[in-house]
Amino acid sequence: MSKVLMKGNEAIAEAAIKAGCKFFFGYPITPQNQIPEYMSKRMPQVGGTFLQAESEVAAINMVYGASGAGARVMTSSSSPGISLKQEGISYIACAELPCVIVNIVRSGPGLGGILPSQADYFQSVKGGGHGDYRLIVYAPASVQEAADLVMESFEVSDYYRVPAMILGDGMIGQMMEPVEFKAPKKRNLPPKVWAATGWDGKSRKKAIINSLYIQAEEMSAVCNRLDGVYKQIAKNETLYEEYMMDDAQICIVAYGTTSRICKNAITTARDNGIKVGLIRPITVWPYPTDVIKKAASKVDHFLAIEMSMGQMVEDVRLAVNGEKPVSFYGTTGGVVPTPEGIYDEIKKIAEGK
Amino acid sequence: MTTVFEKPKRFISEKMHYCPGCTHGTAHRLVAEVIEELGMNDRAVGVAPVGCSVFAYNYLDYDMYQAAHGRAPAVATGAKRVHPDNLVFTYQGDGDLASIGAAEIVHAAARGENITAIFINNAIYGMTGGQMAPTTLVGQSTTTSPYGRDASLCGHPIRVSEMLATLDGAAYIERVSLHDVPNINKAKRAIKKAFQTQIDKKGFSMVELLSTCGTNWGKSPIEAIEWLKSDMIPQYPLGVYKEVD
Repeated sequence: MSKVLMKGNEAIAEAAIKAGCKFFFGYPITPQNQIPEYMSKRMPQVGGTFLQAESEVAAINMVYGASGAGARVMTSSSSPGISLKQEGISYIACAELPCVIVNIVRSGPGLGGILPSQADYFQSVKGGGHGDYRLIVYAPASVQEAADLVMESFEVSDYYRVPAMILGDGMIGQMMEPVEFKAPKKRNLPPKVWAATGWDGKSRKKAIINSLYIQAEEMSAVCNRLDGVYKQIAKNETLYEEYMMDDAQICIVAYGTTSRICKNAITTARDNGIKVGLIRPITVWPYPTDVIKKAASKVDHFLAIEMSMGQMVEDVRLAVNGEKPVSFYGTTGGVVPTPEGIYDEIKKIAEGK
Repeated sequence: MTTVFEKPKRFISEKMHYCPGCTHGTAHRLVAEVIEELGMNDRAVGVAPVGCSVFAYNYLDYDMYQAAHGRAPAVATGAKRVHPDNLVFTYQGDGDLASIGAAEIVHAAARGENITAIFINNAIYGMTGGQMAPTTLVGQSTTTSPYGRDASLCGHPIRVSEMLATLDGAAYIERVSLHDVPNINKAKRAIKKAFQTQIDKKGFSMVELLSTCGTNWGKSPIEAIEWLKSDMIPQYPLGVYKEVD
């Protein structure tokens, strides 16, 4: 298939349809509105269902219902809307229901603003809802990668029965880039024998889509089993990119669109004789901890760069574990860092300031 | 020997956790009887959200969902949209349906979502220990209205059946009571009609069942039935509020 020019939000929606997603439940919020709008147009064309829910809370519970019935299902929202979905996401995680949740992040806290931000790292990666659970969280840096990761996320979510999140920012959602829809690696997916599809009383076990375990031992067993799944995911599904790391003395760690701005700054720095590289987490959970840990024995200094006041930097520090200094540079509130601003930070480190 | 009466096949012989005198057991059984009589045992899917009946999956032998507080109509929407030929029902209490889940039930009804809500109204929060519900009567004492519900502070009880009946998407709405055998028989007919409405794909259906909560009302089972008759029914008149041909 040839490349088409598409807005990130629309490419995300089309990728979901190409991945066999037949149900979408959403609610309007900027800057992700093109996803439900696109779905409302496309779903009827492919025999799927688009439903605008009465709230984000209802939308995520419709996802719970549809996923529990065995369907491939997606919802999307932006930061304050994701806050509202968190209760439902926690239930989905506990009931081990596969689904894809798209978060096109805007600035906050509060109602915040509609401009790009990465200040949802905590609520996306650190289990924004209640209880002991994880999401698989993908952070695309381009429209192409967003489309690829949406398709991949359905496969991975079905395989492990763990909900997946696409963590984009307003830039990923709103910019137009060429995109080609390529089918992801097909996994050997087990049949959904656990789904509530109507039961004849004999041919399988009765389905109970459940997150209620009133006995401590039972709840503990569920959490321990889930933890085992999370460890498998961390082992098998961690994605990252290393850029100009071979001879790097300074290692930038950045994800999503921020990482692209960092690459510009790296070019300037290298033109000026400063050896800088980049580690870009593509999955922010599972986090490429081992890659950063390994880099700590080679580079002199880490620089985490985010569109936030410093959230992912905590994971960089955990990985580096005090072996080398970790600096942080961030812009927030919808302010996007410039290559010049990032280069200035690199220079400061190189000059030992 | 001829069998003249037996337990519905999908009604599990399990010791119930409900209190003595509670009408949940009766309501559960009516649901199971009706589903069996309609020949829908293999197609029924239930959604029981937070509340005393959250453990309904221990008693009703269908594919079941446990749902978050108030969200059963949204969960049922997802379940029904995936399998439109299943008989999808929610089983919700009054705190769940009329308070925290008010938006979900209103919009499921407004969409004409082809599901059935079994709504247990006992005018109190049962599972959490007897707090004031949106359906608590004016003057009724609860653990969070110890001086009796004061309408000037917390308003008046919500009549859900009347409210939902105003919506075009609602196809069948009836309020019944579980206080004696004739009314239990009426309740069964109402549940059957509601499920038939769904089978006929007419839209949203709900049966509101006035129920007892002797434990949290501070009444014996007999006193509770008397109070339901004397105090609840005048506030919540029985009858069919919506029936679309």
